[in-house]
Amino acid sequence: MTDRRPRLLPDWLARDRGGLVLLVLVAGAAVLVPVANLAVPADSAFHVPSWVVSLLGKYLSFALLALSVDLVWGFAGILSLGHGAFFALGGYAMGMYLMRQIGSRGVYGHPVLPDFMVFLDWKELPWYWIGFDSFPFAALMALLVPGLLAFVFGWFAFRSRVTGVYLSIISQAMTFALMLAFFRNDMGFGGNNGLTDFKDMLGFPLQSDATRAGLFAASAVALIGGYLLCRFIVASKLGRILVAIRDAESRIRFLGYRPEHYKLFAFTVSGALAGLAGALYVPQVGIINPGEFAPANSIEIVIWVAIGGRGSLYGAVLGAILVNYAKTYFTGALPDLWLFVLGGMFVAVTLFLPKGIVGRVPTFASLARFRAGRRPDPGLARGADG
Amino acid sequence: MDPAKAPILYLDGVTVSFDGFRALNGLSFYVEPGELRAVIGPNGAGKTTMMDVVTGRTRPDKGDVIFRGEHDLTGLDEARIAELGIGRKFQKPTVFESHSVFENLAIALKADRRARATLFARLSPHQRARIDEVLETTALAAFSARPAGALSHGQKQWLEIGMLLMQDPDLLLVDEPVAGMTDAETEQTGALLRGIAGQRSVIVVEHDMEFVRALGTRVTVLHEGAVLAEGSLETVQNDQRVVEVYLGR
Repeated sequence: MTDRRPRLLPDWLARDRGGLVLLVLVAGAAVLVPVANLAVPADSAFHVPSWVVSLLGKYLSFALLALSVDLVWGFAGILSLGHGAFFALGGYAMGMYLMRQIGSRGVYGHPVLPDFMVFLDWKELPWYWIGFDSFPFAALMALLVPGLLAFVFGWFAFRSRVTGVYLSIISQAMTFALMLAFFRNDMGFGGNNGLTDFKDMLGFPLQSDATRAGLFAASAVALIGGYLLCRFIVASKLGRILVAIRDAESRIRFLGYRPEHYKLFAFTVSGALAGLAGALYVPQVGIINPGEFAPANSIEIVIWVAIGGRGSLYGAVLGAILVNYAKTYFTGALPDLWLFVLGGMFVAVTLFLPKGIVGRVPTFASLARFRAGRRPDPGLARGADG
Repeated sequence: MDPAKAPILYLDGVTVSFDGFRALNGLSFYVEPGELRAVIGPNGAGKTTMMDVVTGRTRPDKGDVIFRGEHDLTGLDEARIAELGIGRKFQKPTVFESHSVFENLAIALKADRRARATLFARLSPHQRARIDEVLETTALAAFSARPAGALSHGQKQWLEIGMLLMQDPDLLLVDEPVAGMTDAETEQTGALLRGIAGQRSVIVVEHDMEFVRALGTRVTVLHEGAVLAEGSLETVQNDQRVVEVYLGR
């Protein structure tokens, strides 16, 4: 049994040392990066330029996206190759809010309709755009719409016991179908140009340094919140049942559990988190278009998680940040080589680090807890894990 | 039927066909509460299909499967049947390899199976005590913290039996529990199963005649999806039809 001395942190968090380190780093960055951008003079060595702030903010939103994929793939064994769709839908919800904020400052100066609708000669706002002038509503939709899609998709797929590669394929088909739909002008989402030319958010101009710093800090806070939520889920009995489903689904069924309910819960939470990531991404990059639904994007997320360490939450975060940093570097320095580098990293990690770059660290804190309490044979316990 | 006196399990005319092949052909037999029953038969006799039907994996084309005299199992899914009190051990040991032995038992523990309940579930001292008890019964107390994947084959089999015990079922279906075990392990497994029967009913499907003999219990011989003979091992071994089925191939 564990000792009963009072603790600062709840058990489910205290046992996740790697995660705690990560959370402290992200929280530190949430404060230091905006300060280094806004308060430190531009000629100082400690100054962080604004474009770097937005770039880092983008990485953090990708990290949240990777977290959402790891929750379903790493823990429940659901290899979704369509998570880009949830991300893009969250992004579109935010983009719609930002479009409405442009108001009469658009090229055509229409007080209500976004430019592309005026261009298409539309006379009034489609019903599904109503309400998006309100930030709370748009923020809610950024969670709700992807969450609902994940719920409906999962409801049909898991109830019909679609698993493994079949599930991956239909998730890929889902994002592809959405991409084709969003490319159409008459869908009312700006066609292949998507939504862009945003002016401000909550009254703050998006081009200003302070707004960018604020968005970065918001991304960091969202990542911390998303991490805590995922960590709470995977450390709970529900999380251990998810892993049990991943490892032996029929066994869990004959124990009296309904795996489809557990998967559906994880998938819906994951979809909503991916949507949140998309909503944070869009104001920082200034555009959302149907390209975000491209199947290749969804596959790339899976690669981040695989490289970082599937089944480790902080591994997924680390993977997303490292791979995207590499992407920024290579697409700038050696643009033709990037896809080869990405593929090479994926192959190398699969061959040499099957548990990703954090694979040396035990993934399942449950083991650590029982190792601490009942120490039968630490050597073997570690042997099977790393 | 009065549930108190009814057989724990009653199969009546159960027929299952796969693409025209009759895996079970009007199978009928019953098991008394507390009974330990061995089911034997040559390959393809329908032993595993019988278990699939009872546990809800396969729907029979015809026939009834009555549990405790009150539940018809043929329309229920695996989870519901498990909840009613039927546990199943697979032929190949199936445990949650990345979880510790303790976690495996904790997951199997009889408790609210709904997702919402498990998100905030905590083990009570009473539940911990129950897990410790089963760790002792299955001789796994020293391996509590070890990942189940690191256990020996025999230990995995015991862990799986332990998981069945955690479910607190009234009926256990055990598929070839001693396949691949050493003699010593086989002996221990026999003792374990005999200890479980009495409070619960146990159906053991087995190929190993020595093991069936050691169980010293009533034997049902299946052949081509129906019961060929039933009785003590001596009786069925002297049955002319059983000899033909086993030797005639």
